[in-house]
Amino acid sequence: MLGRAYVHSLNSSTVPVGSPILEISDIELRFGGVVALHDVGFTVTQGHIHAVIGPNGAGKSSLLNCVSGLYHPQKGKAVLHTGDGAITHELTKLPPHRIARLGVARSFQNIELFSHLTVLENLMLGRHTHMKHGVLQSLLWFGPARNQELSHRGIVEEVIDLLSLQPFRHKPVGSLAYGIQKRVELGRALVLQPSLLLLDEPMAGMNSEEKEDMARYVLDVHELAGVTVILIEHDMAVVMDISDRVSVLDFGRLIADGTPDEVKANSAVIEAYLGAEEH
Amino acid sequence: MSASDATFPKLLRGLATKNPDQTALQEKRYGIWQPMSWSTYAARVQDFAHGLAALGVERGQIVAVLGDNRPEWLIAELAAQSIGAAVVGIYPTSIGEELLHILTLAQVKVVVAEDQEQVDKLLKLRAEAAAAAVDPSAATSAPFADMPPLLVDTVVFYDPHGLEQYTDECLRDFTAVEALGREWGATHPGWLDEQVARGTSSDIAVICTTSGTTSRPKLAELSHDNLLAMADHLTAIDPIDSNDRYVSFLPFAWIGEQMLAVACGLSRGLTLSFPEDSATQKSDMREIGPDVMFSPPRIWEGMLSEVQVRIDEAGWLKRKVFGWGYDVGDKAAGRRVKGQGAGALGALHWLADQVALRPVRDQLGLARNQHAYTGGAPLGPDVFRFFHAIGVNLKQIYGQTEICGIAVVHRDDDIAFNTVGTPIAGTEIQIADNGEILLRSASVFKGYHRNPAATAEAVDPEGWLHTGDAGYLDDNGHLVVIDRQKDVLTTADGTRFSSAFIENKLKFSPYVEEAVTFAADNGMTAIITIDPMTTGSWAEHERLSYTTYTDLAAKAEVQDLVAEEIHRANEDLPESIRVQRFVLLHKQFDPDDDEITRTRKVRRNVIQDRYGLIIDALNRGDERIGITTTVTYQDGTKVDRTIDLRIFDLTTYRVPEGRGRRPVWSGRR
Repeated sequence: MLGRAYVHSLNSSTVPVGSPILEISDIELRFGGVVALHDVGFTVTQGHIHAVIGPNGAGKSSLLNCVSGLYHPQKGKAVLHTGDGAITHELTKLPPHRIARLGVARSFQNIELFSHLTVLENLMLGRHTHMKHGVLQSLLWFGPARNQELSHRGIVEEVIDLLSLQPFRHKPVGSLAYGIQKRVELGRALVLQPSLLLLDEPMAGMNSEEKEDMARYVLDVHELAGVTVILIEHDMAVVMDISDRVSVLDFGRLIADGTPDEVKANSAVIEAYLGAEEH
Repeated sequence: MSASDATFPKLLRGLATKNPDQTALQEKRYGIWQPMSWSTYAARVQDFAHGLAALGVERGQIVAVLGDNRPEWLIAELAAQSIGAAVVGIYPTSIGEELLHILTLAQVKVVVAEDQEQVDKLLKLRAEAAAAAVDPSAATSAPFADMPPLLVDTVVFYDPHGLEQYTDECLRDFTAVEALGREWGATHPGWLDEQVARGTSSDIAVICTTSGTTSRPKLAELSHDNLLAMADHLTAIDPIDSNDRYVSFLPFAWIGEQMLAVACGLSRGLTLSFPEDSATQKSDMREIGPDVMFSPPRIWEGMLSEVQVRIDEAGWLKRKVFGWGYDVGDKAAGRRVKGQGAGALGALHWLADQVALRPVRDQLGLARNQHAYTGGAPLGPDVFRFFHAIGVNLKQIYGQTEICGIAVVHRDDDIAFNTVGTPIAGTEIQIADNGEILLRSASVFKGYHRNPAATAEAVDPEGWLHTGDAGYLDDNGHLVVIDRQKDVLTTADGTRFSSAFIENKLKFSPYVEEAVTFAADNGMTAIITIDPMTTGSWAEHERLSYTTYTDLAAKAEVQDLVAEEIHRANEDLPESIRVQRFVLLHKQFDPDDDEITRTRKVRRNVIQDRYGLIIDALNRGDERIGITTTVTYQDGTKVDRTIDLRIFDLTTYRVPEGRGRRPVWSGRR
């Protein structure tokens, strides 16, 4: 009998709750003469939803790109803890596929899915780092390759269930509504069984109902598996509601880092968001 | 086992012995139909029954189940019945006062709830009840003031998602209760066999809430005998066997679902299938292709709207082919329902079926269907006719919760679109002097739970059930139901008629979702709500932008569209009961506002009270009516909004030249 509880854990990190899982220090990223990030550093704690906010062009996505290996900063480092927290990996020195293998999963602000493949196929692709069979076995398919595919499908189906994607399972992603595509993006990051989940504006461009749904799913994932989440978001109400800690960037600099209440009261943040009066 | 002491648990044990490996239930999960055999089903019922006993449930008590259709719902039901307890089904959409009323009236101690949503509702009620017990003055605003105490001490949930961090000690996981039952059963061997054997057919099996016209439903007690007698009589007319399939997606709290899924299911060994999710219901149903189906009119009306919209959107060739096929099918159906063969139409009908009708049936999931029933409310004759024309053997059932849902039904070769058919075996029918339909059979219920006064009103000493419906028997012995007795209207010129008859004419339009008509001084008036799906897609085609339902209903183009539809419906109605004026309501009717029941029947008295101002204005023939509504936002703030509604006068209305829409098929627009 198939029970109703999920069998697979969506969290592959074994770092104890409350210990640092990601330490970012002194990151400096330049594009020619433009300084995108200037001495940015903060620590993400295992078990937190950590929000990174800031006005347009503040360097939020650039920072995520440094963590996931898309950009290599000129200075500083991002250190990921694995195992019981003692093993460290310097992400800034690793290529993206190695970082993905460490369990760092991300979703993109602009949807980066294969629009002609179905939801199921996109999610199965999200499992590729865990697929071990070679070309020959895949060609033969029957036997090991098939069994492996079945076990991966099990995880994918649990994610489909968690995110209520059942009605869209066999629909090509390109034909789905924007809000659903964003959910598939989240799903593709989740099927990796992440140790750290990076979400780049998962609620951008949504109406308030879709935002609420998405916030619910992020919280569900977090409550169910305790996955540590780094969340970039513009919507202040959402950020303040669901995150445990907030870091604020402005023009590439970290201007505040603390609990949502501390950040709300911070004068530098108010100035960055609302503008300061001319002196 | 003699038939007279049959109970559902005994039937289940019989099936588990006879076909241990055959599929009893299947649920689509993770994209695959997950089967459960009769033997596993019986074993899980046994474990859960032991578990309930360990939780302190005793013979004669009532266990409540609150959730969507899942195998666990039936396991809980059968387990409760195994130890001589009854089950009361609660609609999963029920909230607050309604929920509390059922739980306190039935003195429920153990509730089986589906998921986080249902558990939250119950925990909230428990917290409020505890607060009210400490400080009775706090209870004045809550609905606790006039209700007996809430006795719920255990909540068993079967979908653990989202409940990981709940610590309330009244919560139990369904599988944990089964495990507890296994332990308890090991120390009490033979106990359950004795309990099942002690059960008699006159025990209460199921308590169904009646869709009362007030917000406080009555609880009708149905015995095993009541339900099984009904199942025997129905299956005598339309045989069902253990190879037949049934898709269970309507609430088990509804008598119709208990009737087919449980009573017919267990007495005949039907295989039940549970869809994966409410959103995948249609595609899942198509995969199964049920042999038997029983749905209230809204499901059939929804299917018709879907076909109308999709044919309308299809290319000209498909439209032509379907139009031709429909005509042929309609003629063949006209002969079939009178018990005549297809005659000269035979070959042509076969062709029409292959190219036009079967594909439509297949899309609707009705390709394998042999017996389809509608019941719970009257279905418009036009909708009825449509299904027969496409080759669905749809039959009207008439009955009510108090007589296990069925007393009168059509026969395969004797169907009339405006009647509900003839009584099933063992059912007597009589029309009282005041025109009320009276019924008597072995399926008449035992009474309302803890409400002898209401029971005495419903069933007289001679055993006749007073249905409260007005009707008559026609020349062929078919029963014709006019309407609820209190809803039978008389127009200014003295014609007696049913408002439901007019409303069904209006609802035949794919754009009209609900219609409530009222007799005015000079004809009829109507409050209309539109179907947001079909009207929305129409608006998209017309390149009309809209935001919400309220906005859509306020568009002049939409009002013209509805006016045209009603104008057409009027042409089929006698002069004195044509709709003169109507209003498009700014909102849909909502069960949370008590405007419709959980089974989506309109509560006329609530509508009459709430929209009295609109009805008066309709009667007077005003041009506009402003009404104030209170909108409650999710954070609790309330805002009063004034909405200006237009009263559309049809007396001078003519369909504008050249604006008539093209016919969809066979002259239908």
